[in-house]
Amino acid sequence: MGGNSIAKGSPGPINRGYRPRPDFFRFSCFLASALTVALLALILGEILYKAWPAINKFGLGFLSGVQWSPNRGVFGVLPVLIGTAASSLLALLFALPLGLAIAVFLSENFLPRPVRQFIRFMVELLAAIPSVVYGLWGIFVVVPLVQQYGAVLADKLGFLPLFAGPAYGNSLLTASLVLALMVLPTITAISRNSLVAVPPTLREGAYALGATRWETILGVILPTAAPGIVASTILSFGRAMGETMAVAMLIGNSQRLSCSLLSPSNTLSALLANQFAEAEGIQVSALMYAAVILVIMTLAVNIAGEAVLRRTQRSLVGLK
Amino acid sequence: MTSIPEFSRRPLELADDFAPGEINFMKVEDFSFFYGKKQALHGINLTIPSRKVTAFIGPSGCGKSTLLRNFNRMNELIPCIRHEGDISIHGTSIYDPSVEVIALRRRIGMVFQKSNPFPMSIYENIVYPLRIAGERNRAVLDEAVERCLRSAALWEEVKDRLHESAIGLSGGQMQRLCIARAIASRPEILLMDEPCSALDPIATAKVEELIIELKKEFTILIVTHNMHQASRVSDLTAFFYLGSLVEFDKTQKIFTNPAKQQTEDYITGRFG
Repeated sequence: MGGNSIAKGSPGPINRGYRPRPDFFRFSCFLASALTVALLALILGEILYKAWPAINKFGLGFLSGVQWSPNRGVFGVLPVLIGTAASSLLALLFALPLGLAIAVFLSENFLPRPVRQFIRFMVELLAAIPSVVYGLWGIFVVVPLVQQYGAVLADKLGFLPLFAGPAYGNSLLTASLVLALMVLPTITAISRNSLVAVPPTLREGAYALGATRWETILGVILPTAAPGIVASTILSFGRAMGETMAVAMLIGNSQRLSCSLLSPSNTLSALLANQFAEAEGIQVSALMYAAVILVIMTLAVNIAGEAVLRRTQRSLVGLK
Repeated sequence: MTSIPEFSRRPLELADDFAPGEINFMKVEDFSFFYGKKQALHGINLTIPSRKVTAFIGPSGCGKSTLLRNFNRMNELIPCIRHEGDISIHGTSIYDPSVEVIALRRRIGMVFQKSNPFPMSIYENIVYPLRIAGERNRAVLDEAVERCLRSAALWEEVKDRLHESAIGLSGGQMQRLCIARAIASRPEILLMDEPCSALDPIATAKVEELIIELKKEFTILIVTHNMHQASRVSDLTAFFYLGSLVEFDKTQKIFTNPAKQQTEDYITGRFG
């Protein structure tokens, strides 16, 4: 570098003579990160490759087909797609009010800080319980409960399509209830983070205008944190869609279309888990096709969630 | 410093032309304040006339903001605080059990060091205090928005984008929006906690003009670190040091002929 390099707009005297060299450390970091990306691409490629015969054979009709009978070589995933969406949405319906309430409770000073920390830790521990344990708990606790009260619901509210027909323990409702518990930590943690990130000056501002605590929470804090809460909901939706083990144990694994919450249903992930063992030939390919759809759906939902989360963080910068 | 309470208890000698309002509008009597075990204010006595600008000056940590935040009891959001003595407005103690803190805060507007518009539209920001007070009438809300924005000298700049987010405004505009919001519920008193410390000189000049305009309607208490600001906008100045009120007098007197050596040293920049 010559003496006039500063004039040309180099970073300045401190950096003079410094040039990044490809050393061993840099190279290994680069390799590791490149491998991660390559691995993702490889997995996607492999699944796509294996799914190709089914994609070729069934095309988009796969998505709208209502029959899944390996014996006759007919494969359609519409009931499973509906089951996936319904179980995840129902889980959110149960988990969102609860998770939001916990998040508000934990971000306000209703309780002494150590107690809040403890509750927060407990809620986050819910995420650490293995899926299969949730499934087992579901089978022995939630299934009998749903069976018992589901029968009452079917009896009293059977005129509604949602509760029509016989009530099963292994049903959409059971799976959704357990899923709700499983996504609760995600909703709570991200919502709490966005509530805590609301600048304290806004809270002060609301109080100074004569707002009560609830007016402040409902009118200022929650709206300010809303994008983060939306992001937490989307990410939880993605988590619920991909959740496999507990759902496969509880949902009843039936590809029959039904409106009732109390009848068995199926999800993409549970379908894969239940059928891969005895599948062969075109069925393997059909399962791979279903896997492709599942990957695309969860990827899309996760990307959307992350995007909203990032936009939130940026918009909060303007407030600070 | 033992003579301080006596000094500040002496009634201010205000000429007739000086006081269009009420001379004993707000009274601070033997007021001490504690954060946990730490005493932040020592026996403050102060009588503030209405429709004047009273500036609180003093070095950081002297207690001026603490005192300001007691007038609308904002300090009560902090745990482990306690006070002795009394503050009264119109002869009514703000600590009287019959006084509701929510109602008190509606009667006292506050503007903070850092502007804090809510992430909603300009319109919604200003009507927020009215909405929480239960006002639903659209015409009343519309009228309040125009009135407050005109009072805050912001109407001409934002009248075409009332329903756009307040976060897109410039720093100075946001602070004037917060002033507009603070006066929306027609308070009698306006507390300003270093309202210009985050603003550039031009925005500061606008807010200062505004303060002088607003004192026709409101009793304004302003905390400032800026000596020039205190001398430009205020009628009365209180100088605090280490949690005590050192001197309180007409601004002109404080800045030209202070009674205390400490005041003079601070104003001339010898310490603080």
